[in-house]
Amino acid sequence: MRYLRSFGRFWWNFIVGDDWHVATGVAVGLGVTYVLTHNGVNAWWLLPASVALVLGESLRRAVRPRGQEQPRRFN
Amino acid sequence: MSTGTILVVAGAFLASAVEMVEALTIVLGVGVVRGWRSTLIGAGAAGIVLAILVAALGPALGSIPIGTLRLVVGALLLAFGLQWLRKAILRSSGYKELHDEEETFQSERMQAAAARDDRRAGLDWYSFTVAFKGVLLEGLEVVFIVIAFGSAQGQLGLAAAGAGVALVVVVVAGVLAKGPLSRVPENTIKFVVGLLLTSFGCFWGAEGAGVDWPADELSLLGVIAFFALVSLVLVRALRRRRVLPATAGAGA
Repeated sequence: MRYLRSFGRFWWNFIVGDDWHVATGVAVGLGVTYVLTHNGVNAWWLLPASVALVLGESLRRAVRPRGQEQPRRFN
Repeated sequence: MSTGTILVVAGAFLASAVEMVEALTIVLGVGVVRGWRSTLIGAGAAGIVLAILVAALGPALGSIPIGTLRLVVGALLLAFGLQWLRKAILRSSGYKELHDEEETFQSERMQAAAARDDRRAGLDWYSFTVAFKGVLLEGLEVVFIVIAFGSAQGQLGLAAAGAGVALVVVVVAGVLAKGPLSRVPENTIKFVVGLLLTSFGCFWGAEGAGVDWPADELSLLGVIAFFALVSLVLVRALRRRRVLPATAGAGA
């Protein structure tokens, strides 16, 4: 069980890394592109634009001073 | 040779070179202090495992339809490449320390000197395991990139050749330098690799999702230029953000 957990953690760190929001943003961007292209819209511009936004937002969070973090909501 | 193929080979070469420089530092740090036999056996064993992975996974991916493969590979490359690009931008803007091979080398040397003597199967176990793990972990990134680039472009052999040339160049340079390759502009190369991984991921991911790029493969150059511009703008913005509070504080 310990090895399985370590194996899972290794691949999570390898692919997702420090900021899971980035991987989620990529998945959403690809998903929306897929839906649009399969409904007649050749949305070639969507993924580069959404990746740029995701990257900018991730960097903004990374350099934000610790005191300015939003409080977490657990409900 | 098409634009895409040239970029695939160049990307595989650069990504592999930068990872191999890091693996070389670990191997050198251990080998210089504790001897070369066990260290090189450890590094060689990891190399064999990595070669088996490429030989096994590469052809297996060839049986997956190219659209699905590009969608999956594109998504993985994007998530993976954005990690590289994010770190490179943070380094360039001063929010993260630059990677220093000389410092890593000294740290490896000190740890190797302090480790106790443990012999197993006729090997210095510390040297063997550190070299094995170091080469395997750095090499896994190389394998991932080679397989992703090679399978999505249908040029696994050329991508592997790019990585192979990088291996030869790094090892020869290491032997000639007799030390870590601290003069290699590693942080700049990592920036370029992050840019290439992200751009390829975006290009193939969108194609796998059904997009027809306006200029086919040539659009890849446009995607690279777009992300290069975005990255430079972000570096400048973050540098200004670092300077501004200090300036405001000095004026107060």
